[in-house]
Amino acid sequence: MDKLNIDTTMYETNLTEKFKNRKRYSPPDPKVIKTLIPGTINEIFVKPGQKVKKGQSMLILEAMKMKNHIAAPFDGTIKCISVSQHDMVPKGSEILRFE
Amino acid sequence: MSIFDKIKEFFTKKDKVNPPGGNKAIEKQKAMGKMYARDRIAYLLDEGSFQEVDLFVEHTTKDFGLDKKELPADGVITGTGTIGGHPVAIYAQDFTVAGGSLGLMHARKITKIMDLALKNGIPLIGINDSGGARIQEGVNALAGYGEIFYRNTMASGVIPQISVILGPCAGGAVYSPALTDYVFVVDKISKMFITGPEVIKTVLGEEISMEDLGGARVQTEVTGNAHFFAKSEYDCFDQIKELFTYIPWNNTKKAITISAKPPKYPFELDKIFSTDATKPYDIRNVIRSIVDDSQFFEIQEHWAANIVIGFARLNGNTIGIVGNQPLVLAGVLDVDSSDKAARFIRYCDSFNIPLVSFVDLPGYLPGIDQEHNGVIRHGAKLLYSYSEASVPKLTVILRKAYGGGYIAMCSRHLGADFVYAWPTAEIAVMGPEGAANIIFKTEITSSPDPNATRKEKVKEYTEKFANPYVAAKNGHIDAVINPDETRKYLIHSLHLLENKRDERPFKKHGIPPF
Repeated sequence: MDKLNIDTTMYETNLTEKFKNRKRYSPPDPKVIKTLIPGTINEIFVKPGQKVKKGQSMLILEAMKMKNHIAAPFDGTIKCISVSQHDMVPKGSEILRFE
Repeated sequence: MSIFDKIKEFFTKKDKVNPPGGNKAIEKQKAMGKMYARDRIAYLLDEGSFQEVDLFVEHTTKDFGLDKKELPADGVITGTGTIGGHPVAIYAQDFTVAGGSLGLMHARKITKIMDLALKNGIPLIGINDSGGARIQEGVNALAGYGEIFYRNTMASGVIPQISVILGPCAGGAVYSPALTDYVFVVDKISKMFITGPEVIKTVLGEEISMEDLGGARVQTEVTGNAHFFAKSEYDCFDQIKELFTYIPWNNTKKAITISAKPPKYPFELDKIFSTDATKPYDIRNVIRSIVDDSQFFEIQEHWAANIVIGFARLNGNTIGIVGNQPLVLAGVLDVDSSDKAARFIRYCDSFNIPLVSFVDLPGYLPGIDQEHNGVIRHGAKLLYSYSEASVPKLTVILRKAYGGGYIAMCSRHLGADFVYAWPTAEIAVMGPEGAANIIFKTEITSSPDPNATRKEKVKEYTEKFANPYVAAKNGHIDAVINPDETRKYLIHSLHLLENKRDERPFKKHGIPPF
């Protein structure tokens, strides 16, 4: 049987699938840009190594019939881009990374 | 025309919309392993009791060639009948007519029978088997859904509303079942979702089958949208008939009393229970050894199984049971189990069903996901619904009742009429180990042998506080009872509380933490 720790006491019990598969928390990394909504990468304006200014549009994520410009959150250099044009991306997936 | 000709004409017309020999579409429905709408009604209701209304209703749409199409009964069969001799209103969508699609007249047939049910205080049963809105009818189909949702809401807590999903139920259509009291699903037949696999694939590129997206198992195990899972349609209808034996016909009545029966299972605590608070046992065995005939009708058995809810009887009278389940997640309260219990408590309160709570929990489930999923808001629902409920409220603390969990599980502080505790109860601010670690932190850390000191302090705390007597001393519980006497105590208390009056301040409605 599984064990569950509540307030430092170990209880013998069954764990549910939902509990076992719960999403582990990872602290947000400001250098990683992720999708906030699922959609399709419509156009990419930047390249790895390129310097961008805060507010500059880096790519278009088309979601729910809306073309969303993904703007640079700060001045910086693009380290890598993990998507290509026409890719369908789920919510919370990495789009690109800053140096 | 003679009377005989008139009657013959009537039968000809009737047979046209309800062909006695069936038709190809009906054969197809049966070939899919599904029952025909009329057979469903016939099986669920008392034999021969169904009286149909609105058989001759026709749609009025002229667009997209619909004016040339005849849709018998507009794709939904409505009427009244009896279950166990008591009247009910019922509708069943007919998938063999335009895929059971909902147009304005189809919806108006449903709302007519809903109005009848509400006005006469009888239960409403809706059998859903529909491809969704009849697109050709445009906004009129949407209007139809809206008029149903409005009535579902008006009837909520006044008459029992049962939804049976026996086919697809997609898009806006899912919100009628979602607004009703209980949703019944059948393996491999029921499918519920807001957006189907096609749309998900187009928009997101994610592929999933209808079954994995919103099949019966998903709705009863993952989402909690459905309350009862059945292997076949017949099993499903039998479940509904059983449910109806426990609930009253409307909110002004009490559930029927049947002759009292002693529990079938003997009360063998040494076999079904453990005094060690860290060891699991199945709370349902304890429930069964206390209630009439050991019959416990469980609701949402497969979802949030760390709390158990359902109906049983004591001395022939229906009670609603809420019990922590030490067998699953040590019986903790979390987002889902709080939702599950809170809604059931409100159901029982609406329909005059006394509540009996069996308490054995270490508290709320710790975790980042729980906090980020709003366990504060969801957990508050339980406090709200227990406090709000004015039906008789009885609580039995079997073992652990720690911290916030103790308060939430119908403590006297939330208005329980009687709180009983077994001698094995541990009513404390937290488990002995956690408490000792905090209270005796300095002693433990400064000790030459911290582990030995910790053990000693845990023992000290356990002896002093892990019992029911501190709470009893302060009047927070009413009696420490011999477990053997639980049934006796509960039956006497319910008898005493039969005419309980608990007046509340006037309000339009409260603002529960939805």
